[in-house]
Amino acid sequence: MTDKFDKTPAASPAGQVSVSKAATTAPENIKAIPVRHVGRWISGAVVIGLLVALGYAFSQGNIQWQAVGDKLFDENVVAGAGRTLLISVLAMVLGVILGVVLAVMRLSKNPVTSWVAWLYIWFFRGTPVYVQLLLWFNLALIFPVLNIPFIYKDEMTDVMTPFMCALLGLALNEAAYMAEICRAGIQSVDEGQTEASHALGMTQAKTMRRVVLPQALRVIIPPTGNEFINMLKTSSLVYAVTYNELLRSTSQIGSTSYAVMEMLFVASIWYIVMTSVFSVGQYYLERRYARGSLRSLPLTPWQRVKVNLAAFSNRPSGGVSA
Amino acid sequence: MTTPMVKAEGVHKSFGAAHILKGIDLEVAPREVFCLIGPSGSGKSTFLRCINHLEKINAGRLSVDGELVGYRQKGDRLYELKDSEVALQRRDIGMVFQRFNLFPHMTALENVMEAPIQVKGEAKAVARARAEKLLDRVGLGDKAKNYPSQLSGGQQQRVAIARALAMEPKLMLFDEPTSALDPELVGDVLDVMRGLAEDGMTMIVVTHEMGFAREVGDALVFMDDGVVVESGHPREVLTNPQHDRTKSFLSKVL
Repeated sequence: MTDKFDKTPAASPAGQVSVSKAATTAPENIKAIPVRHVGRWISGAVVIGLLVALGYAFSQGNIQWQAVGDKLFDENVVAGAGRTLLISVLAMVLGVILGVVLAVMRLSKNPVTSWVAWLYIWFFRGTPVYVQLLLWFNLALIFPVLNIPFIYKDEMTDVMTPFMCALLGLALNEAAYMAEICRAGIQSVDEGQTEASHALGMTQAKTMRRVVLPQALRVIIPPTGNEFINMLKTSSLVYAVTYNELLRSTSQIGSTSYAVMEMLFVASIWYIVMTSVFSVGQYYLERRYARGSLRSLPLTPWQRVKVNLAAFSNRPSGGVSA
Repeated sequence: MTTPMVKAEGVHKSFGAAHILKGIDLEVAPREVFCLIGPSGSGKSTFLRCINHLEKINAGRLSVDGELVGYRQKGDRLYELKDSEVALQRRDIGMVFQRFNLFPHMTALENVMEAPIQVKGEAKAVARARAEKLLDRVGLGDKAKNYPSQLSGGQQQRVAIARALAMEPKLMLFDEPTSALDPELVGDVLDVMRGLAEDGMTMIVVTHEMGFAREVGDALVFMDDGVVVESGHPREVLTNPQHDRTKSFLSKVL
């Protein structure tokens, strides 16, 4: 029927023609001269100019680029990067576990546990992690012997190896921050969930474990990824407790070979590669956990590049749908 | 004379300065469908929540099947029950909420299986068999693998009823079970409740569905401002109310 109308519009009543046309042909897109974004071109040129100048300055500096390339995959550097990763992962795992426990304690009806958790968080968030690391490192000054009656006894210096100092310092500090993240997650779960669980005869503990925590994870996981990326960088502070992580292993090469800045470049390259890799993971993690709570998903980096290019050149860009 | 399923004597409840229940006296007989109606804020939902100790009462006595709710009496002293003991009492009291409150991270089937496994320590296979049967009973046998977010409000509420029934309660509490539903979905939920009533379940229903109260209810209480204003057989109260407050409320909702 519609085909017939389209072929012989004159023969049909006017009203019907317009209806069938609207139904079969897409509307014509507006063709207009786009606004000229002069500012974007000028600012782009300025930025490129500055980058070139910066590059030139570095090329003229007293830098042995050769050393950067040579030492990037030096055995000690790679081992240091591995230790950075190891201490970050271990500290994070410990921090998350302890953080969940602290969050549950903090929200407990028992005033003693709640107060203990508050005190812990207050102390570990209130002092710099660098100071905490030094406190662990120097613990032997006040307790030369670690003596837990009937269980354990040893020289403190034997217990507090650089690794232990680093792990305790980073993990205990992280736990305080994770506790606050977990608390926010737990509190974000609707109260009706707890009530329904209680009404079914589940105890407080079962309700927390089976009903509340699994739902709180949605809120807890994205910031936890963020915390981990921070941890990768914060771990450079364990330099102070002589744990041989990335910064320390590169600096040692730097001080013996006089290539101080070059080795800092090497360390920077490793840090930025590690954080970049985990940032990509973090990005997709957040996207995944945003599902259902956002109306449309944020764009992936590639989609964003396409949109930005389109915005710059002002070509009409096709709608990108996630 | 049999023990009443629920017995309330002078029950008071206040939240801070707000005095919500001002002395409720009532009795619910076993196998009875007991309807609570009244304007919003009259305290009917609060009273319902006191029955399974989601809210603590401030004064009076409240017992279910002859057992005090939330307390133990020794001599003339009352002792508060521990969390685990309260949980034990709640096993036998099913509750259905206005907003369903299904567990969103579990499928319909898992929602129904959860409490028998976690609370009664039932074997998985046994819990699953019963859950499947219950979902069939509420007409959702084919939705067992769906998550709550994939179900309509009416379907969610029926899953919620199945979840409560899985604990094989002796008493079911319904807190405005159809108030959050689109009108065309109300019927399915009421049908399930009607079936339960026919099977002899003791039910206390806070509702605005006067038709349901009239047809299925054995007793009806009209509450206003924290007190029982009028009670009797649903047909009598609804067609021939004695109090002015009942009359004015019914004239607005009927």
